[in-house]
Amino acid sequence: MEIENKVREIVCQQLDVGAEQIKMETSFVDDLGADSLAVVELVLALEEAFDIEIPDEDTETLSTFKDVVTYINSKTSN
Amino acid sequence: MTANRRVVITGMGSISPLGLDVKSLWDGLLSGRSGIGLITRFDTTDFATKIAGEVKDFDPEKWINKREVRQMDRFIHFAVAAADEALKNADLTIGDDIAEKVGTLVGVGLGGLETIENTKMVLEEKGPRRISPYFIPGIISNLAPGQISIRYNAKGPSITTTTACSSASHALGDALNWIRSGIVDVMIAGGAESTISPLGIGGFNALKALSTRNDSPETASRPFDRDRDGFIMSEGAGILILEELEFAKKRGARIYAELTGYGATADANHITSPAPDGAGAIRCMQMAVRSAGINVEDIQYINAHGTSTPINDPLETLAIKGAFGDHAKKLAVSSTKSATGHLLGATGAIEAIATVKAIECQIAPPTLNLDNPEEGCDLDYVPKTPREMKIDNAISNSLGFGGTNATITISKFKD
Repeated sequence: MEIENKVREIVCQQLDVGAEQIKMETSFVDDLGADSLAVVELVLALEEAFDIEIPDEDTETLSTFKDVVTYINSKTSN
Repeated sequence: MTANRRVVITGMGSISPLGLDVKSLWDGLLSGRSGIGLITRFDTTDFATKIAGEVKDFDPEKWINKREVRQMDRFIHFAVAAADEALKNADLTIGDDIAEKVGTLVGVGLGGLETIENTKMVLEEKGPRRISPYFIPGIISNLAPGQISIRYNAKGPSITTTTACSSASHALGDALNWIRSGIVDVMIAGGAESTISPLGIGGFNALKALSTRNDSPETASRPFDRDRDGFIMSEGAGILILEELEFAKKRGARIYAELTGYGATADANHITSPAPDGAGAIRCMQMAVRSAGINVEDIQYINAHGTSTPINDPLETLAIKGAFGDHAKKLAVSSTKSATGHLLGATGAIEAIATVKAIECQIAPPTLNLDNPEEGCDLDYVPKTPREMKIDNAISNSLGFGGTNATITISKFKD
């Protein structure tokens, strides 16, 4: 839950959207208007916040809020 | 047919050290207000120059949404804000029916210097993986016209001129030619700059080009005065809406003035110093007047480059005498940089706006701080107070590093 909240906060800040706009299935590109550059920047912010490295091939799999939360959970529990 | 296409100015917008619109710029010039003060944007402790013409109270989120504000350097914020005012002032909305006939041409001298400096720090501290994907599109000069084209649906040519202090004058002159050629009917043209940063001030300090009159910012820009000691770096943007006359008439646009001529030459002499005989500037002014189809005797007002550097002001005076002969003594010549400072790549656009207002109001704006004219500087520089006078035709000079010169001619519109 802590991770989920932190990710939500970062997404809100990076994409300039309200927390209420973000559901588990929300897609950054389709629902929040992010373009490919915005996604790259979001990933940079996540890397920094969670002190992890997200390789490009993993970035491609992160299209929804749920994808990111699941991914970060798996990365940080290792 | 296309050779006769006339180009009129129908809208203007500006962000300058004198304020966030054209009204504050022109009111500031007429009231003799200086836009120069101590630098607040960074710590100037180790810098010889501690003064500049900063744009104050500018909130880019008034024009650009928060998320996108972070994606561009300050010079692009200025360009978008000035374009917004200019388009509203011209009452021009660019629908799909005319979009391909509307171009954008914005001069930028250096691009996003401050963002480059900050990103270099990210690189050093956190490594290359942390560089923002918005770094490059945020700093490259042509994203000034690019962002304007994207936001306002202008689908004609989108171009930047990068010719140092002449960038915006070249932009306006080249824009004139794009419309004259028949390829477009409208150009959103001008200049934008934001280089009040450690590298910007430090770099021009290394050239000994900036004033160090830190104890008296408001009197530091003193063109043609014997106690001048360099230019004052300023920031901002100026945008003008240029339209082919018939196009403007058809939509019932208000016409401020006509852009009638353009001269562009090179000194072919030195990287930073103008040629000592002023020959390049002389040819440039004469070309601009000739291009307007008038004679030098038809000009009443010159908005000079007048930087307040030791080298420019006497040389520009010499060049004006060379270009205008006996008529030079009858001209009113003023440097509005005495109030605004030097906006580098945006300066020609701010000065074009001042020149249009001078023609519209029939008032020559003054040269501030001219207490004791330099030896050889013996023209009528309209010292200290504005002057009501007849102005049918005027030129605005820009003389840039690299020995690149640009002059535009602006005339009272007569149908």
